[in-house]
Amino acid sequence: MAQVVLTNELGNQFAGGETKVEVQAKNVRQLIRALEERYPGMGPELEAGMAVAIDGEIYADPFMEPIGPDSEVYFLPRIGGG
Amino acid sequence: MDGQTRDFKWIGKRTVRPDGVDKVTGRANFGADFSLPGMLVGKVLRSPHAHARILSIDTGKARVLPGVKAVITAADLPDIPSEEAHFGEDPTDFRYVSHNVMARGKALYDGHVVAAVAATSEAIAEAALGLIEVEYDILPHVLDVEDAMKPDAPLVIEDLITQGITPTPKKPSNIAKRIQYDLGDIAAGFKKADVVIKRRFTTKPVHQGYIEPHAVVASTSEDGQSLVWCSSQGHFMVRASCAKLLGLDVSQLRVMPAEIGGGFGGKVTVYQEPLAVLMSRKTGRPVKMVMSREEVFRGTGPTSGSVMTVKIGATKKGKITAAEATLAFQAGAYPGSPVGLGCMTAFAPYDLENVKTVGYDVVVNRPKATAYRAPGAPLAAFAAESVLDELAKALNIAPLELREKNAAREGTQAPYGPRFGVIGYVATLQALRDHPHYMAPLGPNQGRGIASGFWMNFGGQSSAVINVNEDGTVVVTLGHPDIGGSRASMALMAAEVLGIDITKVRAIIGDTHSIGLSDITGGSKVTFASGMAVVEAANDVTGQLRARAAMIWEVDADGVVWEDGHAVASSTNVGEFEPLSLAQIAAMAAKTGGPISGHASINAKGAGPGFGTHICDVEVDRETGRVTVVRYTAIQDAGRAIHPSYVEGQLQGGAAQGIGWALNEEYVYGDDGRLQNPGFLDYRMPVASDLPMIDTVIVEVPNPNHPFGVRGVGEVPIVPPLAAVANAIEDAIGVRMTDLPMSPPRILAALEDKL
Repeated sequence: MAQVVLTNELGNQFAGGETKVEVQAKNVRQLIRALEERYPGMGPELEAGMAVAIDGEIYADPFMEPIGPDSEVYFLPRIGGG
Repeated sequence: MDGQTRDFKWIGKRTVRPDGVDKVTGRANFGADFSLPGMLVGKVLRSPHAHARILSIDTGKARVLPGVKAVITAADLPDIPSEEAHFGEDPTDFRYVSHNVMARGKALYDGHVVAAVAATSEAIAEAALGLIEVEYDILPHVLDVEDAMKPDAPLVIEDLITQGITPTPKKPSNIAKRIQYDLGDIAAGFKKADVVIKRRFTTKPVHQGYIEPHAVVASTSEDGQSLVWCSSQGHFMVRASCAKLLGLDVSQLRVMPAEIGGGFGGKVTVYQEPLAVLMSRKTGRPVKMVMSREEVFRGTGPTSGSVMTVKIGATKKGKITAAEATLAFQAGAYPGSPVGLGCMTAFAPYDLENVKTVGYDVVVNRPKATAYRAPGAPLAAFAAESVLDELAKALNIAPLELREKNAAREGTQAPYGPRFGVIGYVATLQALRDHPHYMAPLGPNQGRGIASGFWMNFGGQSSAVINVNEDGTVVVTLGHPDIGGSRASMALMAAEVLGIDITKVRAIIGDTHSIGLSDITGGSKVTFASGMAVVEAANDVTGQLRARAAMIWEVDADGVVWEDGHAVASSTNVGEFEPLSLAQIAAMAAKTGGPISGHASINAKGAGPGFGTHICDVEVDRETGRVTVVRYTAIQDAGRAIHPSYVEGQLQGGAAQGIGWALNEEYVYGDDGRLQNPGFLDYRMPVASDLPMIDTVIVEVPNPNHPFGVRGVGEVPIVPPLAAVANAIEDAIGVRMTDLPMSPPRILAALEDKL
């Protein structure tokens, strides 16, 4: 199962302070659905304002990016630059 | 061989810059150069108060002044709901953008726009502003970030509730957001340390200092279509913002990108563009608005000032065991400082097990902070790299060696979570060790400092179209404004893929109606992301060229390959054919199916992180406190330098801006909260005579995700200079400077304190 790391803010708001969870998902869309099922309310938050890093690769607008069974997934704030 | 490793015909060549002649002859059209018949002049009235409730605005006298065609206030703009917008650094909110463009209910800083007029001449517009009567209830103001965080501070936004704290506070405050990143166990990490250094740092807001002021012309036709000419870092951003703020359909706005005279992050938002559009729509006439330099300083975004505490612990052998930072950044009048990016980047060059960064985004009565080149990173690096330097001295280890011992490599977990792929930080350290500057002797009162910097770099939505002309020349149309030489690098990449001479390629920037949506030019994305789109569009072209050649030869398209600018039969089995050049195929386009045009619209992913290491020598005049940078070398991993001269220019420009930030630049406010130095005479940016020739070294560790290995280069070079200069000053005079700018009075005071 993929190792998923949430921001502190998300963990506190939806997951009782938990920031590291294991999730079975083949892509980001499935992952967000699974997290929404486990932590109601988290899904829309993730879809609206979060970027995701899968095995070190950051995706600003994640949707169908594949996730492997041993992937490390980090949710990050969507950010830009100057 | 693939694009990562093969020899190139055009990539890496220092070709003549396509925008150069027009710029040096004055022919280039910047925002303020555009004019239309019957054009009105737009001007704004700005609040003279740092914080005031607007009780009433009487525009009656201004409206009846002959020559005045429109007067607008916030009442003329829709009161739009909150909606997150992603253009610059941290996300912002269109509602706040609207309120920043035109104050609604309260003026939140000296220079906040409260009304605008459009008139037949500048004199009449100025006179009309003088006739607008605004009744203010002056409120207590707060400029300093620590003062603003106090529980009894005047509230800048009265219903602002801090995000990022559980449970959500019930009481409003000026702290818009708290952010935290953790790795490992910070307390256990410090327990393992033999030496721990902790310091507090402060920095002032600084302006991006672009030479071209903000300028716009808007013209609306009878069918409600508005044309907008302006320079910005994203004409699609201007379109989206004007549409949101004015309640228009996106298709009602066509934004034409003007040549840009500098942005550096300061032009990733709108100020007067929606006002010009609105007044044009009200009057049916073109409206031109150009800011004065004073307006640029009073009304547009600087980057944040900050208060930062950094603590780093290490073993006697120089292994860092823990690093911790608390960063509080001024957001200006509305939430959205780059503090999150400061937290992410502060310790990113290092392979650390135990890291904790906490950030506070704090609103104050200053102009809304806007992105400035690697937003947040230079401040954070100033603090982190200064402490690292002090730690090296405490451990009796050379600062370069300490960095080498702890350097991030492929597989290192970044402090914000993900593991790095292929990165070039160690290569920059090695390049420094190998550089003659590193061991060069120093003179009296001179000192040497080094510092490193990181920026994650970004990709994003990008569009490119390549049209093959009938004579075999090509035009590359791009969606990102060219603020750093992207037309040159895009032309080089197109020439490389197409296999034609660079002089046959012209690159232009398309307007919002003529090219697919492209994100802002920011985040060091364009050479990477737009470059990927250009390569894809060029591959689309070569695919079509191969198909046309196959048609001419009456063979299968699979039997034709594209080599060195020609269609060639893939083997003798296909047949014996004389290769066809691009120009020969283009000449037959009408007979073989019509014009040849390649397209690509992508969301580019896989931007390669960038690292740089700088070395700075300073000389300190102990009588006057003046610091002179006597030698400076900037080293950076560019992945692949498409046009090395532009990359070197980025390194030099970033270093120059960082040196100014370190030594002289600061906003000076009076007790009344009004800006005292809104001009380049009193806001001291470095000029050529202040600086030595800045030497550059380009390291190339290709980004495996880009066809040619490109990493963004525009932002990293402003990250190390603040600390490099501070570390050099410490080396020269033995005093650790922790407050920016390190101006002569501060240096003198520090020297006196030392005695």
